[in-house]
Amino acid sequence: MNLLVQFLVFPGMLFTAGAGLVTSWVDRKLTARVQMRQGPPLLQPFFDVAKLMVKETCVPEGCPGWLFLSAPIIGLAGVSMASMILCQAMWKPEATFSGDLIVVMYLLAFPSLAVILGAFASRNPLASLGGSREMKLVMAYELPFILTACVPIIWAQSIQLGNILSAPSVDRTVSGVLAFVFSAIAMQARLTRVPFDIPEAECELGGGVLIEYSGPPLAFYKLTQAMMLFTGPMYLLVLYGGGLSFSQGWMTAGLGVLKLVGVIVLIVLIRNTAPRLRIDQAMKLLWGPVTFGAILAVLLAWGGF
Amino acid sequence: MGLRDRIFSRSLFLFHLGGSACNNCDIEILDSLTPKYDLERFGITAVGSIRHADIILLSGIFNKKSAIRVKRLYEQAPKPVIVVAIGGCACTGLIFRDSYNWDVPVGDYIPIDAYVAGCPPKPEAIIAAIQQVIGKLRNPAGAIGT
Repeated sequence: MNLLVQFLVFPGMLFTAGAGLVTSWVDRKLTARVQMRQGPPLLQPFFDVAKLMVKETCVPEGCPGWLFLSAPIIGLAGVSMASMILCQAMWKPEATFSGDLIVVMYLLAFPSLAVILGAFASRNPLASLGGSREMKLVMAYELPFILTACVPIIWAQSIQLGNILSAPSVDRTVSGVLAFVFSAIAMQARLTRVPFDIPEAECELGGGVLIEYSGPPLAFYKLTQAMMLFTGPMYLLVLYGGGLSFSQGWMTAGLGVLKLVGVIVLIVLIRNTAPRLRIDQAMKLLWGPVTFGAILAVLLAWGGF
Repeated sequence: MGLRDRIFSRSLFLFHLGGSACNNCDIEILDSLTPKYDLERFGITAVGSIRHADIILLSGIFNKKSAIRVKRLYEQAPKPVIVVAIGGCACTGLIFRDSYNWDVPVGDYIPIDAYVAGCPPKPEAIIAAIQQVIGKLRNPAGAIGT
């Protein structure tokens, strides 16, 4: 019962949805300010989701409806679970279980998986093009993503989030900084933000993977994307920034919040200043320099730098 | 005013459907999304797929061939959906109304909620029309423009 409340309300689905929608407002407002526009009002992402909830749901003819409609829920469940484990680790580090970092990594792959399933189920040629691009992108970013996660594991000598958080933070070591940089690039690809928005590619694929979605399923996808925008920086903060702790006084907590906002702003600014890569360029970047950089970071951590 | 209309009027996704327009109306529609006019202030965003659309903006003349497409696209849009005809061509056909391939104004194919006249209409006029449609959604009994 307690676990169900944790999953559905705090710090699971409801809390992450609220935080994610506020984060996506920050994203849109900052984007507007960078483009010298005024930008949307604070509650805009909430209205967007609520509006989609009251719209009609169209299911394309001849597609497997159960897969088409259940794919968004798979993604939403995955990101809620990942966020719950991450937040739980920060509030109650002693309650974590062994190997939860690996569980989080698996769960963070769920939204991409859901997008791929939904895109192929919709039978739209543009959506399947987007789906296959997303698949290649997943293969490209997972390798550096897992490699960079090895750095805090080596420093803490544990794959438990509680131990990683209680170990001295890696952000003052060379390998920690390197791992953070490359992990942030992989995270940008995971969030399919510019320069890695290849699967959605508004101006060539017209929304790509989400092209056939309307009404509540689209709302779930938008919600999942917003929640990922919150959970992604949270993951980086837990692994490389020492997390967000409210038990050690307001100074530490404030510093943690500042770090979180800083990572989000960084992601938004990269989104606004970079052009979109082609899928082959993205794979070359992620398997080339980023992976080698991640290997270098792991070797440095191994040597104790 | 129902809760549904209230929510609907706060967040509108805009789909631009060009029917062989001469591009002037299209440019003016794009202008209303640029920093100077910034439709995102009202919660309006441009989308690329008809499945996401809440407002369809029509521009250009819809002749016998493109009328089939506009009807199909209207049917593909999830309801409720608002349709706004932008420019003289979409409203009446203007100088093209005697062409061999022209049949009836686009309003006879699909229901249209607002007409914006002009060749091309200014971005201000487009924004005013969308604002009036939003006002009408929020207050169906009131006069246009409230």
